[in-house]
Amino acid sequence: MKPAPFDYVRAASVAEAVSALAGDPGAKVLAGGQSLVPLLSMRLAAPSLLVDINEVPGLADVTVEETGVRVGALARHAAVLDSDDVRRVQPLVSLALAHVAHATIRNRGTTVGSLVHADAAAEMPVVLRLLGGSVEVEGSAGRRTIAADDLYLGPLESSLAHDEVAVSALFPALAPGAGVAFDEIARRHGDYAMAGAAALVDGDAVRVGYLSVSDVPTVVDLTGVPDDELGEAALARLEPMDDIHATATYRAQLVRVLTARVVAAARSHAAAHDQQEAR
Amino acid sequence: MTEQLHEIRLTVNGAAHELRVPARRLLSDALRHDLGLTGTHVGCEHGVCGACTVLLDGAPTRACLVLAVTAADHEITTVEGLTEPDGSLGPVQQAFAECHGLQCGFCTPGFLTTIHAGLRDNPSPTHEEAREMVAGNLCRCTGYQNIVKAVERAAALRQAQGPAGQAQGPAGQGQVERS
Ligand SMILES: Cc1cc2nc3c(=O)[nH]c(=O)nc-3n(C[C@H](O)[C@H](O)[C@H](O)COP(=O)(O)OP(=O)(O)OC[C@H]3O[C@@H](n4cnc5c(N)ncnc54)[C@H](O)[C@@H]3O)c2cc1C
Ligand code: FES
Ligand code: FES
Repeated sequence: MKPAPFDYVRAASVAEAVSALAGDPGAKVLAGGQSLVPLLSMRLAAPSLLVDINEVPGLADVTVEETGVRVGALARHAAVLDSDDVRRVQPLVSLALAHVAHATIRNRGTTVGSLVHADAAAEMPVVLRLLGGSVEVEGSAGRRTIAADDLYLGPLESSLAHDEVAVSALFPALAPGAGVAFDEIARRHGDYAMAGAAALVDGDAVRVGYLSVSDVPTVVDLTGVPDDELGEAALARLEPMDDIHATATYRAQLVRVLTARVVAAARSHAAAHDQQEAR
Repeated sequence: MTEQLHEIRLTVNGAAHELRVPARRLLSDALRHDLGLTGTHVGCEHGVCGACTVLLDGAPTRACLVLAVTAADHEITTVEGLTEPDGSLGPVQQAFAECHGLQCGFCTPGFLTTIHAGLRDNPSPTHEEAREMVAGNLCRCTGYQNIVKAVERAAALRQAQGPAGQAQGPAGQGQVERS
């Protein structure tokens, strides 16, 4: 099927994009289009106006800041994955990005677009939540920072106001001595995962984030849980869902397996990271 | 209500084209219907199969997931642009013919564009890298073995051609070669 008709503006600045959004309640931002265009073609979305931000200058930067790495709204997944700065400052971002779709989709899709698209099956929203990151947005009322914990309201629903454009995201740096790991299980290489998990281990603190398990990206604190009880402890705090890709029972089993794997991997990463720091 | 048309300039395989399209025109349809470049195939029209893959500023991109209006003023390379200037087959095309990398040929344009850019960025892939290079494209006929062989054969052909044969894209789209 083809998209329904819509109007189109190519914004030259964030301010221009914001005022176009503010002027039309049916307007939507177009970034990489790798989620939006399929929705248009399947007529699951029918915006009255698309505000194309692809030509806005200065939005594609990936920069290291004191507290972490900042990814601009037009940085494509591929550029973020290629960045040595990102890999050094927060390796979890690179580990997770390698699981986002295939290279061709990553060439066009943006990491910030994926964050605000708020798909519970996507890798990057749960990574942002686990790390305690944030998204910087600009709207008619000015700029504000939305913490990842306040970003995800429901399935495909973020807390951005209608006239707000996300300009960048901040992924906090890996603390000295901390470790991270990512794993997921998908039917086919490059597909959305049936379930996935990201772990952050820092001293005694153990936290694990899950994608594709609940209808929003969910983080569970597993500090103090004995290793052989990690999976059950996580499940006590999660409600795996049934859908066409997997049953809830199967997802629960994936949670058990993935939780044990990522926590162990994050611990050994922390140990290796610690040694590196000591040198 | 008549739909608003946008005047855009698309640069395809080095040639500039002016066209008038509605905002909802997919790049895949603009290439096929408006420009008559039917080498770009459309399978799923939602990003999964890879048949529509073209190079957008040198990077493999799903033409079915890009609006023509967004692609305006950018460089596009389609499968038609992969032949040598004298009209003979480029190394990836040649390798597909030699290795029987196609049967019905529906998926082939997307593989050719993807591998063309893949070998530009990584001229001598390992077997595993050759498989990964085509992992985002679907083929219902061949079972992929001969396609992977064709990637490796194309790498050899490019190397035999020497540096001159390893030029960027036919449109010379200023893509930086990775060392
Ligand atoms: C075949 C296929 C497989 C995929 N597999 C995966 C996968 O395994 N994992 C995964 O995570 N993703 C996957 N994706 C989706 C991909 O990662 C998208 O790139 C990403 O979800 C959205 O980024 P985008 O730039 O393409 O956003 P768009 O599609 O342009 O936009 C998505 C939504 O976010 C809004 N938006 C985008 N940017 C902004 C902004 N700066 N400010 C405000 N609103 C904005 C848009 O209005 C729209 O509602 C896949 C896509 C395809 C086609
Ligand atoms: S037609 Fe574009 S990916 Fe299938
Ligand atoms: S040759 Fe028929 S789909 Fe690939």
